[in-house]
Amino acid sequence: MNAATLFGLSATALIGVGLFGLLVSPHPLRKILAFNVIGSGVFLLLGAIARRGAALGMGGDPVPQALLITGIVVAFSATALAVALLLRLFDATGSVTLAADAPTAVPTDPDNA
Amino acid sequence: MTSTPGGLLLVLAVLVPFVGVLVGLVLGGRNAQRLALLTIVLGLAITIAIAGTLVQSGAAVVYLLGGWAPPLGVALRADGLSVVMLLAVAVVICGIGVYACGDFGTPRGKPETRAPFTFWLLLLAVWGSLNLVFVSGDLFTLYVALELLTFAGVPLVCLDGRGETLRAALRYLLFALLGSLLYLLGAVLLYGAYGTLDIALLAEAIRPEPITWAAAALMTVGLLAKTALFPLHMWLPPAHAGAPAAASAVLSALVIKGSWFLVVRLWLDVMPGVITLSAAQLLGALGATAILVGNVVALRQARLKLLIAYSTVAQIGYLFLMFPLVAGLNAAQLDSGDAISGGMLQAISHATAKAAMFMAAGLVYKVLGHDRIADLRGVAQVLPMTIVAFALGGASLIGLPPSGGFFAKWLLLSAAVTTAQWWWAVVMLGGGLLTSAYVFLVVMRAMQPAVDGWVPASSVPRYQQWSVLGLALCSFLLGLAALLPGDVVQIGRPAVLQWVLQ
Repeated sequence: MNAATLFGLSATALIGVGLFGLLVSPHPLRKILAFNVIGSGVFLLLGAIARRGAALGMGGDPVPQALLITGIVVAFSATALAVALLLRLFDATGSVTLAADAPTAVPTDPDNA
Repeated sequence: MTSTPGGLLLVLAVLVPFVGVLVGLVLGGRNAQRLALLTIVLGLAITIAIAGTLVQSGAAVVYLLGGWAPPLGVALRADGLSVVMLLAVAVVICGIGVYACGDFGTPRGKPETRAPFTFWLLLLAVWGSLNLVFVSGDLFTLYVALELLTFAGVPLVCLDGRGETLRAALRYLLFALLGSLLYLLGAVLLYGAYGTLDIALLAEAIRPEPITWAAAALMTVGLLAKTALFPLHMWLPPAHAGAPAAASAVLSALVIKGSWFLVVRLWLDVMPGVITLSAAQLLGALGATAILVGNVVALRQARLKLLIAYSTVAQIGYLFLMFPLVAGLNAAQLDSGDAISGGMLQAISHATAKAAMFMAAGLVYKVLGHDRIADLRGVAQVLPMTIVAFALGGASLIGLPPSGGFFAKWLLLSAAVTTAQWWWAVVMLGGGLLTSAYVFLVVMRAMQPAVDGWVPASSVPRYQQWSVLGLALCSFLLGLAALLPGDVVQIGRPAVLQWVLQ
């Protein structure tokens, strides 16, 4: 087994773990973290593909590396947007549950909610 | 491959809305609205110019960024499919822009607030991202465009900052992010297998083998989550119904079409030889379930905006009936052009009709102070034009002649008959019957005379009513496209059919 295959398998494992977390854990912050774990898996896969497609005398195929950097920027902005929404949700309702039947009234003091 | 004359227009179509966003961000406040309206006029002119170039040259408009041809460079490409969507989006954005001057206008003397400022910038951002989705010829550029669309669409849901809309926005964002990661994973696998992301080059290289199937499945499921096809539709009704009317119109009419368009690109252009008939049947079955479930749930809604949101869930189903029909025609070695035109026409007539219906619901809410369907009586006296617009939009959703919905369903029905897939015809007709039930329910309630002494909660400017009626008329008269001499959708399409047959 060469390094690229090993990295590819690790990427698959990360994606699996992240997908499990995103589907199973009810807390939005955990879901956002799980999204980042999946993202890391996809980026690692890109890295492995870059290594596998390396031309003679080069460390890697530059195209997937360029995609990887763009992907990381996009995932970072997505995380920032999600966390900002989560904070606003906590400010507005005092809880961070995503359940549709959660109380929509605004408890002014989160400690009493 | 080289850039064609007029190729620079494609760059402008993407760039102008985003320049508008950035300049608007700097100018701030009420200037953002003026700038947005100016950008909308400019963008409409650019779109019309692109359509003119396409029709005149009879071939796809291409622009190579920096003069580099794929696989090294990135190409922008507009064929018939792209151009009809560009035009439809430009028209709907114009209608929404006029309407939003009422809800999100800050005339002189009124203090500037944050919601209108955000709305105008996000409206332009949605437009720019959608244009990029329609013209980009590269799977990774499409990923970036989809993410931009998500980032512009999600804040539209929670413009008013209430807890329930924030919750709906966060749910929408999580669904959309999972969807785009699955899409990206599929694109990465395709790059690993074939070494290119350019749609035209990929279509030549792609072979039916396990990695292609895995990539196709991942990308399709991701895009279905973003399009809200049943059973991944749970995020849509609260998000679309909770947003302000103008924002609901943007989300329901336009934003979901972006990811749907990408499914069309993938299935028809990138991997036509890889898709099997049974996979297309599965996609069609999900669409059929969406039609039945969405319509039945819509009938049971007590609030007008939720009813319209569930109607969107059902109409998304119609958009996916196109795939088994096209696959069936291809398998029978028949021309699938009419079925594709039917699918595109369905998307466009739904975009115009649904924008009009959501904006009509917004006006109804303004006049009544609520949108409970049981208490709609009297609205038709105050807003006759708006209720007519709602009925015309509804007629297009039902598929009454001469509406766009009628012509679209007619094209799809004849494809279903030609390929002997009668079950899709049954679903389409049954769905139309259910749709007519809730449209008539709403219109009948609205036509009842008001109780004595009832006064409207507030008045509605006339131009808002005209913009709603204008969009509804676009949808209702779209069926007259049948009288056009040529089919714009087919211009510049790759000769997929011949390729499949070899």
